[in-house]
Amino acid sequence: MELSLLTALTIFVLAIFVGVEIITKVPPTLHTPLMSGSNAISGITVVGALLAMGAGLTFWTTLLGFLALIFATINVVGGFMVTNRMLGMFRRKE
Amino acid sequence: MNPWINLAYLVAAILFILGLKGLTHPRTAVRGNLMGASGMLLAIVVTLFSQGILNLWLILLGLLIGGGIGALMAIRVQMTQMPQMVALLNGFGGIASAIVAGAALSEAVFLLNLEQGSLVGPGTQVFQFTVATFASGLIGAVTFWGSLVAYGKLEGITGEQIQQRLGFLTRGRQSGSMPDQEQKTEEKTEEQAGVEPEQAGVEPEPQTQEQTAPEPQTQEQTGSQATGTNGAPAMPEQPKEQPTAVEPAQEQKLMGQWQRINRTLTTKPIAKAVLLGICLLLGIFLVFVPTAVPIYWLIIIVASFLGWYLVMPIGGADMPVVIALLNSYSGLAAAATGFVIENSILIITGSLVGASGLILTAIMCRAMNRSLTNVLFGVWVPESATGGDDIYEGKTKSTSPEEIAMMLDGVRRVVIVPGYGMAVAQAQHAVRDLTNLLESRGTEVEFAIHPVAGRMPGHMNVLLAEADISYDKLKEMDEINPTFEQTDVAIVIGANDVTNPVARTDPNSPIAGMPILDVSNAKSVIVVKRSLSPGFAGIANPLFAADNTLMYFTDAKRGMLDLVNAVKEV
Repeated sequence: MELSLLTALTIFVLAIFVGVEIITKVPPTLHTPLMSGSNAISGITVVGALLAMGAGLTFWTTLLGFLALIFATINVVGGFMVTNRMLGMFRRKE
Repeated sequence: MNPWINLAYLVAAILFILGLKGLTHPRTAVRGNLMGASGMLLAIVVTLFSQGILNLWLILLGLLIGGGIGALMAIRVQMTQMPQMVALLNGFGGIASAIVAGAALSEAVFLLNLEQGSLVGPGTQVFQFTVATFASGLIGAVTFWGSLVAYGKLEGITGEQIQQRLGFLTRGRQSGSMPDQEQKTEEKTEEQAGVEPEQAGVEPEPQTQEQTAPEPQTQEQTGSQATGTNGAPAMPEQPKEQPTAVEPAQEQKLMGQWQRINRTLTTKPIAKAVLLGICLLLGIFLVFVPTAVPIYWLIIIVASFLGWYLVMPIGGADMPVVIALLNSYSGLAAAATGFVIENSILIITGSLVGASGLILTAIMCRAMNRSLTNVLFGVWVPESATGGDDIYEGKTKSTSPEEIAMMLDGVRRVVIVPGYGMAVAQAQHAVRDLTNLLESRGTEVEFAIHPVAGRMPGHMNVLLAEADISYDKLKEMDEINPTFEQTDVAIVIGANDVTNPVARTDPNSPIAGMPILDVSNAKSVIVVKRSLSPGFAGIANPLFAADNTLMYFTDAKRGMLDLVNAVKEV
């Protein structure tokens, strides 16, 4: 593919900096939704599962892709839904 | 790959970042989460439409199964169980990343065999691929098993209970011994019990396995080791073909050994270093011989043990740190997988999450004044609560709801300090009623939330928000500590160690240096607690004996309901 090691590393390091900058601004009140929400985002590995399954090279890789797809989708759907449920509880009176 | 797809991934990444940014304020948080979700949807849809996606129906089935399970979990989980849920989700994300990396390795080897492989590119490319595959497998497997153990600990499942449960499976045989071993024996006996009657045609008693189990073993020993401890002369004429059967005495010995190994792996950091070392060696091998696919799965197995034993010895009170760390790992595993399949969106997202988890880990460690290594490898032995009696004796004053109601009448400012005990007693709603009542009489009420008040970062805030307590009343430690001096009454409910002044005064105490809430600076302190028993740290709390402290000995929920009634009557 077209992503060289150096490019990948650059993206990785810069994204960590972005992450640190944003996350330090999240107030402790929202740390639990932050964890479940960021957790849902880390289910992005679902893309990898889709690609593995979609390539369908061998039975084995398709099976692995299928397993990964299920795990990752639980992660994504469960994470976003529970975060939404929690955030809905944070209300302000008046 | 189609440039449009990469462009869509970029948009998804921006949505993720904006989504996380939305979480910096409760007002924008819901929208932020939705942005994140739509980023994910975009990434998935775009991937599905990228060229050459096969197995579409199977993919939809997978999405449906996973989505269904995830949705069910999200709807049914209780807010007190949130740490367990996050632990499980972390684990699932981690193992998914590890599996994807494994699939990518198999694919690459398959293509190499077809001589069109990606394993034959320029040197660094292959290097990146194999190193990242190794990293993804290692981190993913550690995250998965570590998370499962954390889940078990938070659910209150102890090692003994697991053993008992497995012991139940094996119908009481050798209760209290190692589960793995027992399971294997169980499989064997089942096999034997099933096969035996057919072959022999006599003694069809598969239902009493405790008795039938030794028989084939003795038979085997007539051929090999003539020991025969039980001496059951069932069918000596027919030597069976079960070379795997182990003689009971030997079995016991094996279990003794296994228990020893188990204990070593649980308690000794060096044993974990050895496991990690094995992983690294296997990883180096994989880097040099990328076609050795089985090595990858071997790494997964060893890393699974590593994850299991890393979290096993860590106490329940330290789980907030563990969950935050595993959160970070699940992100790093996704990032590593991004390096494997050379996909930028995985790298970006994985590192965002990795950074987030690391920051939360650091915050939790600071809140307990312990280093990460201390949490992970230090053995936390609670001191026996000696010396409590002479601290408390004759100095603690107990009070009644009526007396507290009188005290609360007409005060200007009240601070409530909730601990996990309040959540366990399900007293949040009564606390909310008290808050509303006091506010309706013009009293200012705020909540002092210690970072480790719940079972995971921010947990207490969620529990209070669920009880409909306005989020702007929930104040973090650094913000509320200076205000205790202007506070008329501080009410401590189900919290203990986080208010213990010993953390400031006694450098030898196990909680020395831990940041605490300065409740004793308030004019009066009311501690709602069942007894004078110590908290997790196992030490006495001089706050309970302070001049301005009144003890309200009761169950948190009952006590709050009584107090609400008493305040109404004043």
